[in-house]
Amino acid sequence: MAEPYTGPLPKPTPETRPFWDAAKQRRLVIQACDDCGTRYFYPRPLCPSCLSRRVRWIDASGRARLHTYVINHRPPRGFPVQGPFVIGIVELEEGPRMMSHIVDVAPDPAVLHCDLPLEVVFEDLTPEITVPKFRPRAEA
Amino acid sequence: MSADPRRLRGAVAIAGVGESDEIGKLPDTSSLQLHMEATHNALADAGLSKHDVDAVFTSGRNMASDLPEYLGIRPRFVGGTQVGGCSFILHVEHAMAAISAGLCEVALITHGESGYSRIAMPAPRWGDDSTNTQFELVHGSVGPPTGYGFLTTRHMHEYGTTKEQMAEVAVATRKWAALNPRAFARDPITIEDVLRSRLIAWPFNLLDCCLVTDAGGACVVTSAERARDLPKPPVYVLGTGECTTHQMVSQMPSFNRWDAAVMSGERAFRMAGVAHQDIDVAEFYDAFTIVPILALEALGFCGPGEGGPFVAGQRTAPGGEFPMNTNGGGLSYTHTGMYGIFTIIEAVRQLRGEGGPRQVPGARIAICHGTGGIWSAAATLIVSTDA
Repeated sequence: MAEPYTGPLPKPTPETRPFWDAAKQRRLVIQACDDCGTRYFYPRPLCPSCLSRRVRWIDASGRARLHTYVINHRPPRGFPVQGPFVIGIVELEEGPRMMSHIVDVAPDPAVLHCDLPLEVVFEDLTPEITVPKFRPRAEA
Repeated sequence: MSADPRRLRGAVAIAGVGESDEIGKLPDTSSLQLHMEATHNALADAGLSKHDVDAVFTSGRNMASDLPEYLGIRPRFVGGTQVGGCSFILHVEHAMAAISAGLCEVALITHGESGYSRIAMPAPRWGDDSTNTQFELVHGSVGPPTGYGFLTTRHMHEYGTTKEQMAEVAVATRKWAALNPRAFARDPITIEDVLRSRLIAWPFNLLDCCLVTDAGGACVVTSAERARDLPKPPVYVLGTGECTTHQMVSQMPSFNRWDAAVMSGERAFRMAGVAHQDIDVAEFYDAFTIVPILALEALGFCGPGEGGPFVAGQRTAPGGEFPMNTNGGGLSYTHTGMYGIFTIIEAVRQLRGEGGPRQVPGARIAICHGTGGIWSAAATLIVSTDA
């Protein structure tokens, strides 16, 4: 049994709840605007491009690329990883970008590169919160 | 854009500047006391008393009303814009607008932060239900030391910017600090020292990162007309610009350029009506070595991707072609957490010829520029000895 998680723990709000509920079911969801077509992340009830309220949740494929990254040598208190680890800005296949912990990769700038193909994986932090992370994937 | 700010060119001037009595590690001084000392010193520099002040602008973790209470001032105009470290540069623009509109006449812009000793510093703000915790901190990010690196890595990838070029900034800035008796870190460093200092968050080593100190800083802005009657020569505000594009770094519009700074710089130069080659001295917020490199690109001193080569060969050092961060910057002089005010203080001193050993000879036009949050906000200020 792993140690209880003591790192930064998200507390969903009404507009972000559907994202976290989906993550618990191992689905990565983003939002799409029915008026202007924009797909966006993070969760908001109005489209950040046109302020339309006609927005809906869509499933993302989970495929992404590592747009850019850093290698953090000083984990925040309670973070489950010791030592250097990779944090990426991930560009989803559908367009939006999000920050994510990149796993299953050496924290070494000599082997990491921008635009590395990635796929989503899910990690349970607590019984309530599951967080999407990304790992390298073989290009099809 | 229908608004045309050019009529405000030269309408106001900076009449006084000052720091806290001491800067550095000050375990016996609260953040509010740092404000008070800086205010006292800036008003003395301006030849004004606190009774002349009818507007107060401040930022940080306090309410904008905390500081006037502590100082015993009842301002008729209050500004509390908080967009991170450059906020005080935006306050100059806001003070200019208020003074020009006739709503006030003497504006105090003040900063005090016990950044190292943490005395009278309200707790950090991100709750578990903030978007920051939900979508960034949960992934192990820690604010600026990780956040500023994302643009850096992509810039290195696209343009070949190197860690050696970033280290050039740290080395050159330290040389300026050696000429400033108030600077916190004055021992010479080499490119190798920077590259071999311990890793904080790749691509940043320790010496790529600004200091964490305790200090206060303040300036006094008034109408050009009134400034001409005060003891020190006025430093006129020729151009200002500001912009914010995001709060969380993951929402940054692009990771190969600094969009907020492009926006703020365009307006400041348009309003000032000066060319880049007219600038004698540059004070650019250097939270990390990469930040002034990106400022040089965003403000148009060089093209996209050319910032790294621009700073190579110690071009920004004392005696170099492009004097930058002549007080020793946030990297070596002081960095409380919100450095912006210190760009203004140093620009004013350079334009008055008060730089002592670090004086840039004949400096007449200076540019100040700052970042706020994590590349989130930008503010540009062009000032001159002549209206």
